[in-house]
Amino acid sequence: MSETTDIDMLRYCRSQTGRHIMLLVRSPSEVINPLLFFLLVIILFPLGLGPDREQLSVLAPGILWVVALLANLMICMRLFVDDFEDGSLEQLAMARVPLAIAVLPQLVASWLASGLLLSLVSPLFGLMLGLSMDVTPVLVASLLMGTAIMLLLGAVGSALTVGVQRGGMLLALLVLPLYVPVLIAGTRALNEALYGGDPYVALALLGAGVTGGLILAPLAIAAGLRVSLEL
Amino acid sequence: MWRIVHQFGSPPWVYGFCDRVIPWLLPITVVALLTGRVWGLLFAPTDYKQGDSYRIIYIHVPAAVVALAGYYVMALAGLVSLVWRVKLADTAMRAAAPIGAAYTAIALITGAIWGKPTWGAWWVWDARITSMLILFFLYVGVIALFEAYENKTVAARACAILSLVGTVNIPIISKSVDWWYSLHQPASIKFTGSSAIDASMLYPLLGMIVAFYALFALLMMLNLKQSLTSEYAQSNWLIKRITT
Repeated sequence: MSETTDIDMLRYCRSQTGRHIMLLVRSPSEVINPLLFFLLVIILFPLGLGPDREQLSVLAPGILWVVALLANLMICMRLFVDDFEDGSLEQLAMARVPLAIAVLPQLVASWLASGLLLSLVSPLFGLMLGLSMDVTPVLVASLLMGTAIMLLLGAVGSALTVGVQRGGMLLALLVLPLYVPVLIAGTRALNEALYGGDPYVALALLGAGVTGGLILAPLAIAAGLRVSLEL
Repeated sequence: MWRIVHQFGSPPWVYGFCDRVIPWLLPITVVALLTGRVWGLLFAPTDYKQGDSYRIIYIHVPAAVVALAGYYVMALAGLVSLVWRVKLADTAMRAAAPIGAAYTAIALITGAIWGKPTWGAWWVWDARITSMLILFFLYVGVIALFEAYENKTVAARACAILSLVGTVNIPIISKSVDWWYSLHQPASIKFTGSSAIDASMLYPLLGMIVAFYALFALLMMLNLKQSLTSEYAQSNWLIKRITT
């Protein structure tokens, strides 16, 4: 058996990322539906809490983050399902590239289509909730990193539940407790920015979460997928 | 020394070990629980601020301490099963999960009962209560994941991975909850921390903690025995042990 070189791996990752992005581009509903969900749930809050702008702007950081978290959960539910059902996940596990690295392209593609997109449109939703424009950079930065961490954690849960019938609710039960630190750090960053504090501590912690997650989560995802594939 | 470690991988040996330890552990647990209970309820002094309501501490704190330790027992068993593929570790992990969840639930319920007279509310979003609640869901997640799989060998491996992920996250979660709490610090809740607990109250508490640990070990062994009985129902060694 010949060794895989780093260049092979890079080439592999690039082509796989392309494949996953192409898959997402060809089924735009998978990309747009989470955004629509995000928008719809945000509309529910003023309807439920009343249109008082003052009150909404106080609650806005929490609302935006909780809804982003739920949208992320929806994306994680679909993450490995298609590849699992058509057997390409099995091929991926057999490939010479380590599974922990082989799953990265899909995560990157999913994050581009979900986390990145969601972070970029979030200022718009912030405006609807009366969030001050000044905190827009903090909102986008915290969501960029927070969605990445949540996707990594969600992918672990998704890898463990992909072989289970009706794994959706189970996935929520498994990963929502793990999302707690992300939610706390994210809303903390926004609240600090809103009330004149220092948002960088929370943002730095989110950044640490992304780097730590990128190192550890793929290992857990690969182990989880092997369990689901019963290899 | 390795012989002892290897013995723990053998179901017949562990079954026999449980059989030998339980007759000792059962009376110790009962005596420790009774002593701690009576001491805590009748002989420990009344708290000058909270009156007698504080006595629920003798259930609440031991349950909380052991609930957290139980998660690490479960995760350690999961690690052993993943790394060395010891089948018995799977069984141990499965035996620990419901007990740990029950301890967590006891800690939460007694916390709520204690909260009503002291804080004036059944539920307060205190940092430690919130951490405990999340711990409860981590336990429930492991149990639910195990139940979801048809193939129980696969289920055990999935649970092992999940409990390890949880172990990495528990310190992060509890730190972040502490941090979150410092932002929302409500002024109404300030009753602990000002003075250290007095020895006359501490000793029964320590006794109860030991008793709760013993109870955990006892329940885990009973659970383990029950799992082994159903798992190895067709095996000769089990049939021989039960019939003789």
